[in-house]
Amino acid sequence: MFELLSFGPNGWGGQLLGGAAMTVAVSVSAFALGLVFGSLGASAKLSRSFALNGVAEVYTTVVRGVPELLVIYLLFFGGGGMVMAVGRVFGYDGYIELNAFSIGVLAVGLISGAYSTEVIRGAVQAVPHGQIEAARACGMSRWLILRRILVPQTLRYALPGLGNVWQLTLKDTALISVTALAEIMRVSHVAAGSTRQPFLFYTTAAVLYLLLTTVSTAAFERAERYANRGVRRA
Amino acid sequence: MNWELMWDSVPTLLRGVPVTLQLVGLALLFGAAVAFGVALLRLYGNRVTERLMAAYVFVFRGTPLLVQIFLIYYGMGQFEAVRSSFLWVYLREPFWCAILALTLNTGAYTSEILRGAILSVPQGQVEAARACGMSRSLLFRRIVMPVAIRQMLPAYGNEMILMVKASSLASTITLLEITGIARKLIAQTFAVFEIFIVAGSIYLLLNFLASRLIRYAEWRMTPYLRARG
Repeated sequence: MFELLSFGPNGWGGQLLGGAAMTVAVSVSAFALGLVFGSLGASAKLSRSFALNGVAEVYTTVVRGVPELLVIYLLFFGGGGMVMAVGRVFGYDGYIELNAFSIGVLAVGLISGAYSTEVIRGAVQAVPHGQIEAARACGMSRWLILRRILVPQTLRYALPGLGNVWQLTLKDTALISVTALAEIMRVSHVAAGSTRQPFLFYTTAAVLYLLLTTVSTAAFERAERYANRGVRRA
Repeated sequence: MNWELMWDSVPTLLRGVPVTLQLVGLALLFGAAVAFGVALLRLYGNRVTERLMAAYVFVFRGTPLLVQIFLIYYGMGQFEAVRSSFLWVYLREPFWCAILALTLNTGAYTSEILRGAILSVPQGQVEAARACGMSRSLLFRRIVMPVAIRQMLPAYGNEMILMVKASSLASTITLLEITGIARKLIAQTFAVFEIFIVAGSIYLLLNFLASRLIRYAEWRMTPYLRARG
């Protein structure tokens, strides 16, 4: 039985490890993309523009209220068309095809971004307004206030929430297996089919995910401790 | 946009609603029972049950639901013992496999919500009840549970919405609920956006109703917060 998990010619060890690397790659890229969407979404929600508020509100409501699988199908079947439509706006008429990796990152990033938006918005609002006023009184420019006052503190407040978003993102990448991208779930599915040992391979997949979530939880805890090193504990 | 096609897809997609509702309803019902047992065993059990239940929660919260569904649907049938047992009548049906996976998943999450809520019951209330001479079970039934359930409602509302969304994964094991039908329609018509909008709207509506339901339950359970007169 363990020969099937080994790294030899009859084993799936190498492929499973490759799948784990792919899962990590998709998760990290999607999480990073989600942070970009989240920052944009949060600034749109906090802006005074009525239109921007509305767009951000629709984005978070729809993406958080619709199953992740449906969003993935939307991008899997319609993502190429969407990207080409955007390309046409910028004057590019050629054919663009997205590979499974970019579709996966785009889909999970879109979902991750909706959750990040709320986390970042809450964190920005948690920064005391007096500090912004004080910075302004010191003559700081808007950009300098953002860089020196708002972002460092927002990061600290947002870390616990972002840790949760990371967990969601990591687990959502399992759904990308429907697009046949060779991440943990897909490799296990193929291995289970060709060896007729589904229990073994799905258990292995579960263990791999558990390993990833445990390690990343510990990493986020460390990051939180580091971010809070200057804060007095109550 | 193909409006006609969109309009035509509505009744087809609505046919998936009963399946989705059954999945969510049964999973939440069984999941609540599991969560109740797990939370009690973690809070009032001995060290062994405490560890076991903590491990269960850790595993089910740390792995994707898709793995859990596949493990139960494809993995269980591998064993002769399972196939020859009376459980096979249920475990060979994708519907009951999905229910089992969703139940175990929501049970793990809900038990944490419930545990937190029970721990948040003010110690003074428990002491007061004890001073009145209530027995342990009476105290639990009359003081701890009502306060805890009220406390956990908002978080449980989120869990309900997560379950509505999670039920879409049942489509990966051939069940034709809303997402399963949507996938089939997309493959047949290639009208990706139209189908997505219709299916997405149905889910948004279901989630809106779920959040209203929780709001109503919260309102019912907190009469003392309502302004009188």
